[in-house]
Amino acid sequence: MTATPPDVLFNSAACRRRKPDKLLGVSISALALLGVLGGSIPSLGQAAALGFDDARHLLNRTSFAAGPADIETFAALTREQAVDRLLSWTGKPAVTPPPSWMSEPFESLRRFRGMSPEERKLALRELLRKAFELQSWWLTEMLVTPSPFTEKMTLFWHNHFVSSQQKVRSPQLMYRQNVLLRRHALGNFGALLHAIARDPAMVIYLDNASNRKGQPNENFAREVMELFTLGEGHYGERDIKEAARAFTGWGIDPDRGEFLFRRLAHDDGVKTVLGRSGSFNGEAVLDILLAQPQTAEHIAAKLWREFVSPEPDPAAVGRVAKAFRESGYEIGAALRALLTADAFYEPRNRAVLIKSPVELVVGTLRQFGFATGEPLPFVLSTAQLGQSLLAPPNVKGWPGGEAWINSTTLLARKAFLDRLFRVEETRAMMAAGGGMVLPKAAESMTEGRQRFLRAMLDVQFDGGKWLSQFDDRPQLLRRVVLAAPPVQEPPADTQGLDLIRHLVQDPVYQLK
Amino acid sequence: MKRREFLSAVGAATVAAIAPHAAFAQRAGASYDRLLVLVELKGGNDGLNTVVPYADFAYSRLRPRLAIPRDQVLQLDQQFGLHPALEPLMALWQGRELAVVQGVGYPGANLSHFRSIDIWDTASKSNEYLTEGWLARAFGAAPAPQAFAADGVVVGGAEMGPLRGGVRTIALTNPEQFLRQSRLVAPAGQARNAALEHLLKVEQNIVRAAARLHGNHVFATAFPANGFGNAVRTAAQLVASGAGVAVIKLSLGGFDTHSGQPARHAQLLKTLAESLVALKGALTEIGRWDSTLVMTYSEFGRRPRENLSNGTDHGTASAHFVMGGRVKGGLYGAPPELARLDGSDNLSFAVDFRDLYATVLERWWGVDAPGALNGRFAALDLVRA
Repeated sequence: MTATPPDVLFNSAACRRRKPDKLLGVSISALALLGVLGGSIPSLGQAAALGFDDARHLLNRTSFAAGPADIETFAALTREQAVDRLLSWTGKPAVTPPPSWMSEPFESLRRFRGMSPEERKLALRELLRKAFELQSWWLTEMLVTPSPFTEKMTLFWHNHFVSSQQKVRSPQLMYRQNVLLRRHALGNFGALLHAIARDPAMVIYLDNASNRKGQPNENFAREVMELFTLGEGHYGERDIKEAARAFTGWGIDPDRGEFLFRRLAHDDGVKTVLGRSGSFNGEAVLDILLAQPQTAEHIAAKLWREFVSPEPDPAAVGRVAKAFRESGYEIGAALRALLTADAFYEPRNRAVLIKSPVELVVGTLRQFGFATGEPLPFVLSTAQLGQSLLAPPNVKGWPGGEAWINSTTLLARKAFLDRLFRVEETRAMMAAGGGMVLPKAAESMTEGRQRFLRAMLDVQFDGGKWLSQFDDRPQLLRRVVLAAPPVQEPPADTQGLDLIRHLVQDPVYQLK
Repeated sequence: MKRREFLSAVGAATVAAIAPHAAFAQRAGASYDRLLVLVELKGGNDGLNTVVPYADFAYSRLRPRLAIPRDQVLQLDQQFGLHPALEPLMALWQGRELAVVQGVGYPGANLSHFRSIDIWDTASKSNEYLTEGWLARAFGAAPAPQAFAADGVVVGGAEMGPLRGGVRTIALTNPEQFLRQSRLVAPAGQARNAALEHLLKVEQNIVRAAARLHGNHVFATAFPANGFGNAVRTAAQLVASGAGVAVIKLSLGGFDTHSGQPARHAQLLKTLAESLVALKGALTEIGRWDSTLVMTYSEFGRRPRENLSNGTDHGTASAHFVMGGRVKGGLYGAPPELARLDGSDNLSFAVDFRDLYATVLERWWGVDAPGALNGRFAALDLVRA
């Protein structure tokens, strides 16, 4: 067995962007990747290689969706080698440049004060535009990144340490938070917890900005225990009240958008949190939470639900938590334990997770190698399917799982896939209609609608080329596209694009 | 559809997945032949300029520019009156089919649009985060009959609101589009795990709804020529199609009147009143008005004191309407106490919004309210037997 050189890793899966600088960006990253992995090409010893289906399973759970070349590269590796390789190229900065306004001076959070209604309206419109550009930026990064696992984990932490643009109302701060989450995505959980607690968007989102001595705001103290570390039932109301006092004085400088400790607003009296007493500050409380074994259990169970199955196996989660704790909260250690566990590969845990809207949209575009222009239609699609990036519904994040699927969202998913695999027909129809780029009604359409249509016309799928990968092994196609056999067997003579359409409309395509 | 026909139509595997629901429905004996129409006033409707406390001096003092002049108010009694744009509703008031509930809110009011509507939709406490909508929980415990096209239909928008998390809920802008999209669904096959079972169940629900929906009833009633009027027409057509639906949710947006309130609010209330009167007309034509309860709701009311932009900011308690052929018309709840505002200059509430939900569950449908609302709430006595 020969290992495929790692330079193909994720390249075939990555979306082709027609802007030349983007193409360059990806290939440079791929070269960097080659450098990183140069020394780790596996020498196959006695441990068994993953094989095609296990490799597909690993890649589809940890990246957005993989093509046959990547799957085959990983198929030749053992579990440990495969997971090492996945983890070795993670936590890197985004390859997509941020929106241009990120390099402009910070827009003061107080700028709305004293505005006339007209000015306010304009400022709010501008805010919406920038928030949308930020969503587009992240979605683009997901489409082109050479490290989809980084994006998956950044999204995981975004859904764990939730902040929403709808409350924070500063795209610049939301971007900075995203950079922070990406930097720590596969780093150290303790460092991430300390960093996110002081992150300005988080300070605003959970009201630590208005937490002062004598009038403590308990919002952050409650959520840091309930959601971020221990989980419900592992602390008391008194612990929250006491911890809130420790976080008094935390705030932000509204003109610079930076964390600010207001000493005079801080309560430096003695607090008792989870049985320990002292004149704790916020950092000390975070360390107390990190010292609780329950924190590792809570995070390990959440990782399990994200990557393995909706029903964590307590014994197996305990092993992951142990590895996590013993490593000093290295996220990579927890993931290594999780992704090399027998349970991860068990048949009963295949095709049991429902793809999130982002996984469905980005995964489809990447797996089939769609070329895209402006990401607008896909930002709108993910929002329509229930996942508006940077705007989770509340501090608990997107509930996920079966909650992703109701009749409306399922129909919208199917309509999205149907539209996507008919883009070439649509383009041909428009060309036949006199070479018009946009339909006649375009003049009467809103600017947004026109942009949407134009962006859809930029979407291209080279079905012939994609299908040619399977010329000599047609049976492999459905094993790449679906996580399990379809519930509806396509008619025997179904081929080519028709076969793809059939498979992506099968309910199993919604699963990973 | 009879159980036997149903079995042959969809295959034993799918029925096995749905069977527990069917067993519940027979036991519960809920009267889901009574329709609930929910109307969400998105953005936070200004209760004080909807149901105007015109006799309270504090009202005109807090709102020197925005107060509705006493001589323009449509008087309900010696103290309260409706905004003049609500004139079409006066016929319902005089016919004793309109209940006006004042002071609807909840403890620990949250002034964020997103969070507060979340609280209303899930009937949670203000510091509690629930995933499922209150109606989804109600249908989970006592499902609508299997023969129904759906438990609930959201018209004009994909936000499921109080129906979120419910498996037999559909959203549509118009029936034609829904039918077109539903052609992509062809449920069959075996569920191998919980996730796939859920997907197949939802597919089955889509097909069931599509088989029963059509939107071709022609009404003599004219509907207002605007988006909300169209949504009301779609709602009436759903009812006329005999598809079987327990809840229809409509929404009218634009109530976040921070500035330029007078003209905008009047326009919104006019649209609301004209459309609801059209709904009554259409449902009366097909003999369904007596089995329909219409209820408005909104994430919050607005600040009693007007702001400097000729508008009002986010508030707390507000007034809401309940109407229908079996509604006991009149004033409910408690008058706004303008002299006793809270720390954020907002009104205290008199009626918990979950009291209104309990009214729907217990008095209208005869189903268990504490289960769906996670607690006991006092139903209002506003439904005639």
